[in-house]
This record gives sequence, C-alpha cells and structure tokens, in this order.
Amino acid sequence: MPSFPKPKIPDAVVPPPLRKPGKPGSGGTPKGQAPADLKETPERKSAGDKMLEVGKEAPIDALGWVDQRLAASGFLTGMLFRKVPKGTNWFYTLGSATLFAFIVQATTGVFLAMFYTPSATQAYSSIAHINNEVPLGQLVHGMHKWGSSVMVILIFLHMGRTFFFGAYKYPRELNWVIGVVLLILTMTMAFTGYLLPFDQRSFWASIVGININGTGPVVGPYLSDFLRAGPELGATTLSRFYAIHMLLVPGAIIALIGAHMYLVVKLGTTAPPWVKAERPKVAAPVSQLDAGANGNGRVNGNRVNGAPVDGEGNGGSAL
Amino acid sequence: MKPQDKQKYLEEYEFLKKKGKPFFPYAVMKDSVMALIVVAVIIAMSVILGAEQGPKADPTSTTYVPRPEWYFFFLFELLRVIKPPELVPIATIGIPTICMVLLLLLPFYDRGPERRPERRPIATTAGIITIIAMAYLTYLGATGGAPTEVEMQVSKKYEAGKEVVAGAGCLACHKLGENGNNGPGPELTHIASRIPRAAIIRSVEIGPGIMPSFRELPPQKIEQLADFLSSLD
Repeated sequence: MPSFPKPKIPDAVVPPPLRKPGKPGSGGTPKGQAPADLKETPERKSAGDKMLEVGKEAPIDALGWVDQRLAASGFLTGMLFRKVPKGTNWFYTLGSATLFAFIVQATTGVFLAMFYTPSATQAYSSIAHINNEVPLGQLVHGMHKWGSSVMVILIFLHMGRTFFFGAYKYPRELNWVIGVVLLILTMTMAFTGYLLPFDQRSFWASIVGININGTGPVVGPYLSDFLRAGPELGATTLSRFYAIHMLLVPGAIIALIGAHMYLVVKLGTTAPPWVKAERPKVAAPVSQLDAGANGNGRVNGNRVNGAPVDGEGNGGSAL
Repeated sequence: MKPQDKQKYLEEYEFLKKKGKPFFPYAVMKDSVMALIVVAVIIAMSVILGAEQGPKADPTSTTYVPRPEWYFFFLFELLRVIKPPELVPIATIGIPTICMVLLLLLPFYDRGPERRPERRPIATTAGIITIIAMAYLTYLGATGGAPTEVEMQVSKKYEAGKEVVAGAGCLACHKLGENGNNGPGPELTHIASRIPRAAIIRSVEIGPGIMPSFRELPPQKIEQLADFLSSLD
C-alpha cells in the first residue's frame, strides 16, 4: 500500500455554510460600501450585541455544519419541492395514509410493549393490567387492535387504486412487487399479533391457523412445527410469535417501506390515466430516467412548458 | 410494452409532471388531512369498540369457537367452499399461494401500455370479480354463526355426549343435523356410517388436518362424545 501525503484541504473546496447574508445595519460585515448613516454601527457593538448575533446565527450555523457533513439539503429540497403530476387527487393519499396507520401501530405497539409480558402465564394478566390500570391503557390497546383493521383496509384501497389506474406498469413494476411483499408482511403481523392477548379466541384461532399452514405440501409440516415451537401451542409459541411480531417483521416492513418510498420519490407518482398531456409540437424532452438508454440528449423542455400545443391525434395512444 | 411505448409514456409523464404542482405544500396538505382522518377514525374505533379481553386461553376448555380476525375470513371461508378432505391443501395453501404469486407477478404478465381501466377490460373485470369474491367470502365469514346448541332429538343415554359436542365448539366447523356450520370439517349427521367409534376418538384426540386436538377434554367426556357420535348412522 503506497502511503499518500496528508493533503491540506484548500479553503475553496470546503462548501460554504448555509449562512444568511447579514442585513445592512444589523451588524456583521457588510459587503460593499456601507451607507453613510451606518457609519456608527461599529461603535454600537457591545459584547452583548455580539453574543446576540452569535445566538441568532447559531441555528443556521448548526444547520450548515450538519449539511456540510450529510449533504442532504439538496435531496430534501428536491423531495419536498418535486412536482407531482397534473391531476393528482385524493386517491393518491391512500399510500401515505397507510404509512401513517403503520406509524400509529408502531407507536402504540411500543407503549404496549412497555407493559406486556410475553409469557403464557402472565400474558393474559398483563393485558388485563393494561386495560384496567395503566392510564389510557385501554385506549392505546384499542388503537393498536383497531388500527390493524384500518391499516389492512387502507392497504387494500391503495392496492386497488394502483391496480385500476394501471400504476404498476412500466417503470414502476418493482414498486408493485415491494408493495405486495409489504401486504404479505402486514398479514403476518396480523396473524402473529392475534395470539398475543392469549385469550380463548386468539388461542384457538392460532391453533387452526398453524394447522392450516401445516397442510401445505412439502414445507407445510415444517412451517407449522416452526410456528408452534413445540408439540402443543404454549409458552414457546407465544414467545416465538412475540419475537416475529416485535422484531423480525417490523424490521423488514420498515426497510421495505423505505425502499417503497425511495422508488416513489425517484420515479414520481403516476397521473390518473385519463389525464392527457397536451402534446407539444416539438419533440418533448426525454426523461432523465431513460436518457442514457436511448442515447438522446436532453432537450430544453421550457419551450413547451409555457404554451402547450393541442393534441395531435394521440387520442388512442397509450398513456 | 414496446420501447417506443415506454419512450412515449416517459415523455407524456415528464410533461404532466411539468404542469403539476409542487409536492410541498399541495400534496403534503392532502396527505396531512388524510393522516388526521386516519388517526381520528382509529381513536374513535378504540373509544367506541374498545379492546375487551375474552376469557383466558385454556387448552383444557374447548368451548371457544376458533375465529380469525375478520380480514382473514375470506381465507377461512375458502375451506368451507372446498370441502373434500383430499382437496383441503388446495384451499388452505394452494389457492392463496397461487393468488399471491399472480398478484406479485402482475406487472410482468400484464405488460400492455394501456392504463385506463375502461380500456383494459380483462384486468378491470378480473379485479372487480376478485373484490366481489373476497367481499362475499368475508360476508359469509362474518355471518357464519357459532352455534352451541344441538337441536337433535336423541335418546337419554346419548344426552351427555350431545352436550359435550354442543359445548366443545364442534359446530363451528361441522354440520350436525340442522345445526352447525357446513365446513371446513365434514358433516357429522351420519358420521357413524362412515367411520367407527375408535376412529372418532382418534380424530378428537389427534386433530387431523386443520382440526385442533381436543385431547385435553376429560376422558369421560371424550367417551360420552364418542358414544353420541357413533350412534349417528
């Protein structure tokens, strides 16, 4: 390994902090010529004023410090101010609503976990404790219980919107696949969470559910043995379901939600399929997505942006 | 989708996007309103419907009817539609797995450029039929009762066994005379003509297929139950 001399980083390479330019008259170092009536400014500067100035700049400096190291401001402003296509309507809120339902589940789940005991002997009484003694315990427990129904409904509505709008087609195929995996993981959460209250209903339903898995060809018996974690449904089953419900699946869901949303931002949300673009006469700019693959340079799209031209017999064309 | 279709879509999309509004604040506003509605609905459901506990899980008491959460009803009800024992794996694993694979691979076999639902008759029809089928199965599951009474007239010596059958939740999955759900389990009305008494006891204790095991029932109750069922021919 050749050793490199330690280079001194020139000041010009260091990105400038996100510092607000000082307002004339408010101190700082005014650039250019100061107006005549500001001549006295340096004299007014006391130690207190300086402290105040530093205090005022501190949040901006801190942001600048963080941004120099994360270089995230470009991405964040790009994400926040990216345009959503024309025609975007309330159907397009179903995905974020599902995410929000998941956040409610995660939050209420954390609070339930503070009081829940995943043991066959204590699970039932710890739920009774949550319901009857913990302040707002029944509310949080109820939100977690009914939140799962709301989340499942929202997932199906979101999936229906994606299906009927043809939003799973090119170039968003992979995001559909991720979404279906998220649906399966959510159903796994519902199945494993159902046993945790350990009442009669959840106990017997889980036995049937595990037996159903057991009827599968080849892997079925192994799957049901794995889920049951013993000859009978009992303490080991409960802790296994608890671990799957608390650690394994939530981790996978969070990771896949991240991938799902990354692709949403990267590829953009679809427009409703019946919203038609008025076709420009000049060749439209090639999307960045495909620019490389097609070998076409980017054309400046501003020309067509201001004055759209009427469609030219594209009625039957694919949207 | 041909390369020129892809190209056309991307151009069209780029154009629609140019004419759109920025995500913040327009889409963020709608998303936030929706998020508030979601939380309000969840809190309202929690307050109104609560989170009551059932009786504590008890392997020795089988009086409880196994019911899944409502959004699994459509899977559960498939078992009632498909009853022959040799076809059970098709209902439990086969059909759901095939449906999931079909769903997962949807973008890879539906590759046409058309996106408007009214111009994709096959996809739209399939989607609507799927929704109706799932809604119907969910409805069946929701209305399927959990009877705990056997209205059959039996002689006195089988009365005790009849009570065990009624109390142990057999009717959740088995039809018996006028009572019980017809499936997922086989009908019990003439069970003795099909299997002998020993096999009935073995089934109760082992729980073949998806049936839970009832071996925790007291031996005397199992005897009474077997007496009753083996009288039904």
